[in-house]
Amino acid sequence: MENVSIEYEQCVIDTCVLAGKIMIESGSEMTRVDDTIKRIAKNAGMEDAKAYITITGIIMSGSRNIGAQVTPIEKREFDMEKIAKVNQLSRQFAAKSISIEDFHDNLVHIDDLVAKFPLWLQMLGAAMISGPLVLVFRNNLKDVIITGIVGMLGWLVYYLLSKYIRVRVLSEFVAAIVIAVLAVLVVRFGLGTKVDDVIVGSLMPLVPGIPVTNSVRDALSGNLISGPARGIEALISAGALGFGVAIVLHFM
Amino acid sequence: MWIFIIKIICVYLSAVGFGLIINLPHKALNAAGINGVIGWLVYFTILQNFGGLASANFFGGLSVGLVSIVVARFKKMPAILFDVPGLVPLVPGGQAYNAIKNFALGNYNVAFDFLAQVIWIAGSIALGFIVAELCLKVEKRVRKITGSKPII
Repeated sequence: MENVSIEYEQCVIDTCVLAGKIMIESGSEMTRVDDTIKRIAKNAGMEDAKAYITITGIIMSGSRNIGAQVTPIEKREFDMEKIAKVNQLSRQFAAKSISIEDFHDNLVHIDDLVAKFPLWLQMLGAAMISGPLVLVFRNNLKDVIITGIVGMLGWLVYYLLSKYIRVRVLSEFVAAIVIAVLAVLVVRFGLGTKVDDVIVGSLMPLVPGIPVTNSVRDALSGNLISGPARGIEALISAGALGFGVAIVLHFM
Repeated sequence: MWIFIIKIICVYLSAVGFGLIINLPHKALNAAGINGVIGWLVYFTILQNFGGLASANFFGGLSVGLVSIVVARFKKMPAILFDVPGLVPLVPGGQAYNAIKNFALGNYNVAFDFLAQVIWIAGSIALGFIVAELCLKVEKRVRKITGSKPII
């Protein structure tokens, strides 16, 4: 492409890298990120752009006129609505209903465009996972409501800690301890019947389901750096939850 | 029979609840819940009639993967939005917990027993997902060769 300006190419590369960064931070699998970045570059008329994407950073180069871009990725959380938003913007760009500058603008301000569920609704969600799954997994109808409450409190602890401490392993560990202590206390006071069932249900909102699924997918689709890295992330989370519960079970 | 109907409602609630935690778009919540119910029904039917944790989880994962691909096309959203919540009822939470508990209490033989089950179940679910994605790729390939329009 001889007729495009350097500014335009720079903007395209910026947009691609930013879109990839947002998707990885929100918990997307690598194939989708790769696909989206290539599609944006292709739709912008830069066929020879190349991207090297891992879970901790993106390197992308355009044509010979401009330098390569490097972006580190430091935080990872789960926000599916951001993935859906990037996907939607990419579709709009492919249909030529927004320009590349608008695309970039929208990505920069994505936090304002995408609404998060309020805390009480997230807590309700945690209760909705914890309680019903006791019945599904353990055939235990009596403990459904009390497990919902314990799971909700455990999620609240996890949420507040990860908001202020920002070390995910630590907040998972503390949340697991809180859940196990609450479960033991609840059964001692006669509100629940089985400690095991209450703990299993309440831990379900914290179980690293997305990292495990993504890890297997990444590894099997040939991304041999991101797959094992995510696997280790999931293993550390599971280990933190397990240790938290194990310590409490040992002492109480 | 009543307990079965309550279980189905519970599966739906748990999938929607997970959607609330990972911030699914509002439009995707209901579909994610229904996807969870379908996957769990397949899993439950196979487990009750034929037995075998691996095959039940494999077909459960496969149906969740296929349904989420179909729904994703229908709603024009990424498939990952529907398959992650749909997976929640299949996660081997009970076995994983038993493994951890027995490790903590020092019963290593029992613990390894449960750990093997966890790995086996997780592996079969993941394999089901991979086969679902393979189906998508085959379908795309067939469409490219024959030049036909997508059915869905």
